[in-house]
Amino acid sequence: MSATTAAPTWTKMRPKQGALSRLFDWKPFLAFVCLLPAVGLLMTFLTYPLGLGVWLAFTDTTIGRSGIFVGLENFIWLADDPIFWNAVFYSVFYTGVATIGKFALGLWLALLLNQHLPMKSLLRAIILLPWIVPTVLSAIAFWWIYDPQFSIISYVFVDVLGWRDTNIDFINTAWPARWSLIAANIWRGIPFVAISLLAGLQTISPSLYEAALLDGASAWQRFRYITFPMLLPILAIVMTFSIIFTFTDFQLVYAITRGGPVNSTHLLATLAFQRGIPGGQLGEGAAIAVSMIPFLVFATLFSYFGLARRKWQQGEGND
Amino acid sequence: MATVSVRQALKSFGTTRILHGVDVEISDGEFVVLVGPSGCGKSTLLRMIAGLENISGGEIAIDGRVVNNVPPKDRDIAMVFQNYALYPHMTVRQNMAFSMKLAKAPPQVMEEEVQRAAKILGLDALLDRYPRQLSGGQRQRVAMGRAIVRHPQVFLFDEPLSNLDAKLRVQMRSEIRELQQRLGTTTIYVTHDQIEAMTMADQIVVMNGGRIEQAGAPLALYDKPANLFVAGFIGSPAMNLLPGEVTPQGFRTQGGALLPLPPGAPPHAATYGIRPEHMSLSDDGVEGTIVLVEPTGSETQVTMRLGETVVTGAFRERVQGRPGDKLRVLPDLGLVHLFGPDGARLPG
Repeated sequence: MSATTAAPTWTKMRPKQGALSRLFDWKPFLAFVCLLPAVGLLMTFLTYPLGLGVWLAFTDTTIGRSGIFVGLENFIWLADDPIFWNAVFYSVFYTGVATIGKFALGLWLALLLNQHLPMKSLLRAIILLPWIVPTVLSAIAFWWIYDPQFSIISYVFVDVLGWRDTNIDFINTAWPARWSLIAANIWRGIPFVAISLLAGLQTISPSLYEAALLDGASAWQRFRYITFPMLLPILAIVMTFSIIFTFTDFQLVYAITRGGPVNSTHLLATLAFQRGIPGGQLGEGAAIAVSMIPFLVFATLFSYFGLARRKWQQGEGND
Repeated sequence: MATVSVRQALKSFGTTRILHGVDVEISDGEFVVLVGPSGCGKSTLLRMIAGLENISGGEIAIDGRVVNNVPPKDRDIAMVFQNYALYPHMTVRQNMAFSMKLAKAPPQVMEEEVQRAAKILGLDALLDRYPRQLSGGQRQRVAMGRAIVRHPQVFLFDEPLSNLDAKLRVQMRSEIRELQQRLGTTTIYVTHDQIEAMTMADQIVVMNGGRIEQAGAPLALYDKPANLFVAGFIGSPAMNLLPGEVTPQGFRTQGGALLPLPPGAPPHAATYGIRPEHMSLSDDGVEGTIVLVEPTGSETQVTMRLGETVVTGAFRERVQGRPGDKLRVLPDLGLVHLFGPDGARLPG
């Protein structure tokens, strides 16, 4: 037998790539294919309705008749419409007062929940309830609470406590209706603010409070110099969201007052719907909706630049 | 500057007893290190002295005044936290001046104090930075600066070096010690690192399981550990603690090795303790088998087996052995520690 036998040589063959496989290995194509579903969804459900809305605002479309381009006519018309300006006023007023109320009460609630309380997690779950209930349901509950005849608040004041002789008028005259809706909105918005701010509070290290305690800070000073500045970034973000949600609110107002009495509680969103769908003036409704955009952009920019930028949060660089 | 007295201090969280009646006497200007394994209650004791935890029983006095019910800000103490607890939204200057700002000190006094502390700690160039922009060692210094500007009676340190790397730790260790000697402020320092304790302390308090095992000067603890816990805790590499019994021939370990006893050794000794550095290579010694040789340059640590007993020795000589080789070692009879069956040190 010979000592050695040459081992058969074998080189690994590279598998031949098919045309399709090569196409998918080509990065630009692959990126395009991967993006397609997301882009498609966004185009269909976001860009198209928004674009259509903006387009409609520049036409005289009504329900059942496709309109023609009329330029700024809708906006010029709105500029002379006292009901529109009333809605602008109430939208700003509603957003401003409700935001202040929600943040004052929500921050207070968050601070309370951040303490060591018995049954803390149960309390936190209960706090979330107003936020979980569908808006329309809570709106109907408020409608009942504000009812001229059967209001429980009136019942308590008139029949139980005897402080008043007549039922309270909540939603049948302009100003009481405006305040009542703001109260309902605050009630509904507090959980979102409280839970978000609670999350922010929990990121603040307890040792900072201990250090401040040793430095001689009172409870108010600990809030003023530690809690508040450290909470500002998250406060800014939550406030931006809250302003957007409140300014574009529709359900509460539409379910409780439908913009009444005498259009006094119309928000831009309810007025746009009122004019566009039941009123049939799609072009005009769209114009009202489009007129919200500048307010929203302004609110977002204000929060973003005014509150969110904090040098101490950003890592490197001293500028 | 002040004395600190802890008398029969008790601490419970619910039904769990954390401290079982602890007594510590700290004299004016002393540097005391509380040392012990995790969960021994040393940080809790420090926080009780600071006023961050209430006192379940006993009393704590600072400069003769019982402070059990005095709020932290009125105890005239300053504390450096493990994570430094710097206010992230304030510059170094604002961090250091914060306590003075709350006390409504005039601006020029604040600036002077900050400058003085910054000079001591070498932070002059960093006063306008935010904590994020500082390295670990710099943050550590800012935390100390915040303590210094208050001229407290007592400094408290809660494991201040544990977030630093090994080299910086050694450097900050001597800086803290030097600073304390310069300022002469009574200092209580908590660590789990016995080297930190040995190198920094005037007095070490060794704690375990909510009790004090031994308190005393570092070398006293090293030379005469009161019990098995302190013997095993203080010193690196750790002392060899070999259970066994006294026989007429010498000390017979459970592993079967026979070790020489000093004259007059108490007959009821149950544990034989010898530090690795107190063993020498000698032809008259006990024969052992090398398990592991670890040269560190200045000395050589050898893990070996005497009978079935594993023992560590540290020798100045360079040991040229391989695992399985034989060598003969002799304990220094004057430095043998004997412990009774209850773990307490036996005299002699």
